[in-house]
Amino acid sequence: MAEVEATTHTVHEAPTGFWRKYIFSLDHKVIGIQYWLLALFSVTVGMVLSIFIRINLVWPGTEIPILGQLFPVGAPDGVMTPEFYLSFLTMHGTIMVFFVLTTAPQGGFGNYILPIQIGADDMAFPVLNMLSFWVTFLALVVLMAAFFVTGGPPISGWTGYPPLSALGEIAGPGLGIGQDLWIISIAIFCIAALLGALNFITTTLDLRAKGMTLMKMPLTVWSWFVTAILGLLAFGVLLAAGALLLLDRNAGTSFFIPGGLVVSDQIIDHKGGSPLLWQHLFWFFGHPEVYIAILPGMGVTSHILSTFARKPVFGYRAMVYAMFAIGILGFMVWGHHMFASGMSPYTAIFFSLMTTAIAVPSAIKTFNWLGTLWGGNIRFTSAMLFSIGFVSLFVTGGVSGIFLNQPATDIALHDTYFVVAHFHIIMGVASIFGMFAGTYFWFPKMFGRYMSESLGKAHFWTTFVGVYAVFTPMHFLGLAGNPRRYAELTAFDFLKPLEPVHLFISIAAFLTISSQFLFFGNLIWGFLKGKKAGENPWEATTLEWEIPSPPPHDNFAGKLPVIHRGPYEFSVPGEDKDYTMQTEPEVSQDKS
Amino acid sequence: MTTIASRSNHRYYIGMYLGLGAVTMFFAAFTSAYIVRKGLSNDWQTTMMPAILWPNTLVLLASSLVLGKARRCIDNWNRFNLWWLIGSGLGLTFLAGQIWAWQQLVDRGVYVNTNPSSSFFYLFTGAHGIHLLGGIVALLYISWRVWNSKAATSERTAVGVTVLYWHFMDGLWVYLFLFLLIWR
Repeated sequence: MAEVEATTHTVHEAPTGFWRKYIFSLDHKVIGIQYWLLALFSVTVGMVLSIFIRINLVWPGTEIPILGQLFPVGAPDGVMTPEFYLSFLTMHGTIMVFFVLTTAPQGGFGNYILPIQIGADDMAFPVLNMLSFWVTFLALVVLMAAFFVTGGPPISGWTGYPPLSALGEIAGPGLGIGQDLWIISIAIFCIAALLGALNFITTTLDLRAKGMTLMKMPLTVWSWFVTAILGLLAFGVLLAAGALLLLDRNAGTSFFIPGGLVVSDQIIDHKGGSPLLWQHLFWFFGHPEVYIAILPGMGVTSHILSTFARKPVFGYRAMVYAMFAIGILGFMVWGHHMFASGMSPYTAIFFSLMTTAIAVPSAIKTFNWLGTLWGGNIRFTSAMLFSIGFVSLFVTGGVSGIFLNQPATDIALHDTYFVVAHFHIIMGVASIFGMFAGTYFWFPKMFGRYMSESLGKAHFWTTFVGVYAVFTPMHFLGLAGNPRRYAELTAFDFLKPLEPVHLFISIAAFLTISSQFLFFGNLIWGFLKGKKAGENPWEATTLEWEIPSPPPHDNFAGKLPVIHRGPYEFSVPGEDKDYTMQTEPEVSQDKS
Repeated sequence: MTTIASRSNHRYYIGMYLGLGAVTMFFAAFTSAYIVRKGLSNDWQTTMMPAILWPNTLVLLASSLVLGKARRCIDNWNRFNLWWLIGSGLGLTFLAGQIWAWQQLVDRGVYVNTNPSSSFFYLFTGAHGIHLLGGIVALLYISWRVWNSKAATSERTAVGVTVLYWHFMDGLWVYLFLFLLIWR
């Protein structure tokens, strides 16, 4: 490949000791894998919580001995109390949103791949990068501690709405020290996310290799870049909101707690605060957070669709601008989470229009993904299947969003299973599909071995069918008026006809979760026994495929690449192979 | 000319500007919370600003000027360190003044939970003070390094970035003070 000698020494020398090599490493690749493993642990915990949630919904009163042993107060004799159900619900949401959907796509894959794809030997601030990970780890430890303190984890949901979250243990179990730990954990996480965002943006702006102009960057890099900008602007606001909530709880202030509350027969000594103020601050962060979770998945999908369709990305520039449009509009729509809060209809119309406007860049992206596939010489690898699955889920979850962004329909659908279905598909499952695709795609680069394609395909089909089986019926539950957050449904006559649907969902969920063992097994098998992969197993074009698998410590062995071409030059007419690396010089026009 | 991945000090400035962007969002959130909370409530009682804040603001402005002076003397490590330490001392004086301001309020019986106005006063000054304390740690660390190496030029980037941060904290305080005075 074309390259130039690095004119200066690398950012840091290769470590030799175990601790500096694998634990407190400065290498972006090791840190990326650390983030990824943290997310894998978190998603496992989140998934186990969802099993208990689904069991309680369809078989309330079931004795689960292990729950009784671990949580004698929350689950006496192994039977979950309704409050403990809410604790699990809160922890499921918090763990999944922060420690999986925010962590794996950006901290995991972004860390590992972004510096290589722009031709850098590491991130701009390696020490800060290491700190970002370990601060995230600390945040997770603090959150997990909430399981084991008096009262258990909080019951106020991943959105931590006051006054419930602000009143302390008088308002219910988990709202004492558990809620404090939750706020502190989120605050620590915010700091880590800000450090990470700052690093990603600086790296992208300042460490690109010669010739790597902005419009030659892979769409993955663009997606991590835009995500980092969103994170930089959003997490500071959540941190501020968390500080106010902590003061309300522990310093007697009344930012969010209104006057005149009587809780558990006690008059609350606060006055004048506004729970809606929290909602404004929280959702100003919360909506961009949705895009923080899914934008990297969009980047990975664009990248993989192009690679395995053996075609350039259709409308590369439009894809970049659409990501920016989604990012910018994402900051103007937070009010659509609050249509039911009694806001002025005129304000609601503004938020509704802005939200509807996001459909335009989203549709551009979907159109371009289909345009990329159209007429391609498609290779149906596991990574490709998950990317196509991402497009499917993005459309499905996006379409249900249209119903929720209209205040008139949202008033009816708000707080029902329709919303649960919508955000799980678009934010949860679609993003996870992006990460599955990324794992199958980059595993050979990261570990020098392939994962099993047969297991990968089995994993895809069981998961793809499974998640639709779980979440499609939830739309109908929502339309039938089934509220979310109820610990059990058997006590309500109007919900009785819906019980068989819930049973179906629970069984589908158990089967889908079981099929994830195919993924775990595939990871272990690939790591130990997978077929050896060369530098460029997928015949792809970007820089990570020009260096050994796994890459050396400083990525390019001291010789930084020079970039001559765009990132998706597949099937270029006149070329002897159907992919052209970014570093291959352009053939002179007058040569012929 | 080689344009390979930049190894210049550019990135430290980019990083600092981005960090200051995040700090701006943090305080913007507090500001909007202030406006909303004040607009919604009927329990707002304006907190009288402690008199110490006026001279204290001048102390902070002076610290910025002195640190700027130190930066211009970077080729002479001795003079640099003298001005640098004076600037750091002024920063510490400002922090002590803020604590004094809190004491003045406490003496009047105004605490963080007395009313929303006082809550925000303690919040703004406290959050700003924590940021400034971080700046002072950086100032003293640089001074220690310069003292050890007997040269300040090798710290040029750290000096530039820290002074940038300090000026921003200076401006941020002026904004917060004016905001608290005007939007009472």
